[in-house]
Amino acid sequence: MLVADPRTAAAWRRFRQEFADAGPERRREMLRERANQSRTTDLHMIGRAGLGHVGGDMSVLDILTTLFFGVLRVDPEKPDWADRDRLVLSKGHTAGALYATLAASGFFAEAELETFAGPLSALNGHPNRVKVPGVETNTGPLGHGLPVSVGMAVAAKLSSSSRHVYVVLGDGELQEGSNWEAAMTAGHRRLDNLTAIVDRNRLQQGARTEETNTLDPLDDKFRAFGWDVLEIDGHDHLSLYDAFTAARGERPTCVIANTTKGRGVSFMEDRVEWHHKVPSAEQIVTAAAELAR
Amino acid sequence: MSAPVATETFDNRVAFAEELIALAREDERIVAVCNDSVGSSNLVQFQKEFPDRLINVGIAEQDMVGVGAGLALSGYVPFVCGASPFLTGRALEQIKADVAYSQSPVVLCGMSPGMAYGELGPTHHSIEDLSWLRAIAGLDVVVPADPAETRSAVRWAAHAARPVFLRVGRFKVPAVTGDRPFTFGAATTLRDGSDVTVVAAGTMVSRALQAAEEAAEQGVSVRVLNMSTIAPLDEDAIRRAMAETRGIVTAEEATTTGGLGAAVAAVVVTERAPVPMRLLGIHREFAPTGTTAFLLEHFGLTAGDIRQAAIGLARTDA
Ligand SMILES: Cc1ncc(C[n+]2csc(CCOP(=O)(O)OP(=O)(O)O)c2C)c(N)n1
Repeated sequence: MLVADPRTAAAWRRFRQEFADAGPERRREMLRERANQSRTTDLHMIGRAGLGHVGGDMSVLDILTTLFFGVLRVDPEKPDWADRDRLVLSKGHTAGALYATLAASGFFAEAELETFAGPLSALNGHPNRVKVPGVETNTGPLGHGLPVSVGMAVAAKLSSSSRHVYVVLGDGELQEGSNWEAAMTAGHRRLDNLTAIVDRNRLQQGARTEETNTLDPLDDKFRAFGWDVLEIDGHDHLSLYDAFTAARGERPTCVIANTTKGRGVSFMEDRVEWHHKVPSAEQIVTAAAELAR
Repeated sequence: MSAPVATETFDNRVAFAEELIALAREDERIVAVCNDSVGSSNLVQFQKEFPDRLINVGIAEQDMVGVGAGLALSGYVPFVCGASPFLTGRALEQIKADVAYSQSPVVLCGMSPGMAYGELGPTHHSIEDLSWLRAIAGLDVVVPADPAETRSAVRWAAHAARPVFLRVGRFKVPAVTGDRPFTFGAATTLRDGSDVTVVAAGTMVSRALQAAEEAAEQGVSVRVLNMSTIAPLDEDAIRRAMAETRGIVTAEEATTTGGLGAAVAAVVVTERAPVPMRLLGIHREFAPTGTTAFLLEHFGLTAGDIRQAAIGLARTDA
């Protein structure tokens, strides 16, 4: 099990405080910069390891950054704190994005990222809760995160805890039927402490989602299962922040976050081959320059 | 030191895809069903040539196997292709009820099995597939060792008219079967020997041959059986090995709990004069992070490990 990095955790705390005190424009800028730093970290990790799921990482990083740097009640130095909010990354193939975010928050030392996918590393191609603090459940096979999150939300109710459960789903992932079984349970049980975020980048591994197995109208599907639905720009940090912290009704919330796979790197954006292609050293330099703008 | 095994290696998925396309040209009933895995199942060319006969249901393995069963029950010959961990694990009940129990002639193609997805971790390793599927009545379990055997197994499966699971390796292997075609239910003797028998499947076959060659240099004569049908098992070949050699080593890129080793052991213990065995494989453990090659070494599945096990058995006076 990796351990917290106190200095980075302290920096993360300062960021959270400054964020809480800041006005909207400053907040937007803070999260934008932070997310792009994680994007660059992630690209280097993938380049070093020679594997990873770069497209989905770039897609989901604004969501993860907004959660960890603006929303989640967690403590990197007490990853097991019982009443912490829970974040489940159901699209576990984008572990790189989660690792970059957890390291930047101080859950473990950033130097560990250099071991990503290497022999005996804790940082596997898919996240493992036994080895990595901040990872709430093991994912990798798609369609597992939502049922587990429903269990976590039910547990919070049973123990009268105010903790909130957030789960990030891929849109392709929603083709797995297990999601709809869980969606039904969450709606039936009126789990107002559960927020599912769909990273709606409209691409999956081999093709466009709508060409493979149509999901639209996705909002109606969730509504029909008893959920409140918000549809937002998944790269607009303030919209994400508002959606994650909005006053809740008596139903679970589904945030359909419209995103772009490969976001932030011009030659990757909305291109299916970047699902798991590995960028060359040169491409990483180009990408990092774009992200630093 | 002359290595018996060629150094050029092949991805069995290539042979798989080529043979499937050849079959599809001959027979309109051949269709492919997949789970957002056109690329990873090597079906890109198939899709180009037969766009209507490639049914990609998206990321939905239970649906995929059910759809395959429906196609089979309507006269088609579906090759249902997905990464082996998800095809077998996710859709296990569909495989049992819709395919095996219903006797629907589906060819289930478990792509990239074993630890082919090394660094992607245990969720993506398919080491339980042989144990799970071997337990299902009426389902044939086939593990070709190299491209030639993959081709003949694909051709056989297309005409078998029964439920089949075909484990199609991604980890590159040398050609080892020569001109011996796949024969359903029969182990092939790739090298004869009189001291110990190594029973291997898939990726382990070339390693077993290498081990036998090295053992010979140390004066131990090792027989190598390519057990490409795991279920039903060639029990006669095991019995002959027991009568003619003094011990059996099994080697599989899978868990020994219920896989090839357990299948062979079940035959061995029913004999009046059982021989000692060593089961090489993974023993109820999730793998650490690492490449496939690293993990095969980690779990003691190199030619050197097989050789050691064989020599160890040859020198035990059991
Ligand atoms: C059950 C299962 N089937 C197949 C896969 C292989 N796989 C990994 S990622 C992926 C595509 C995921 O698409 P999506 O959920 O849209 O994620 P994103 O595009 O955001 O990366 C597939 C099919 C898997 N991990 N799990």
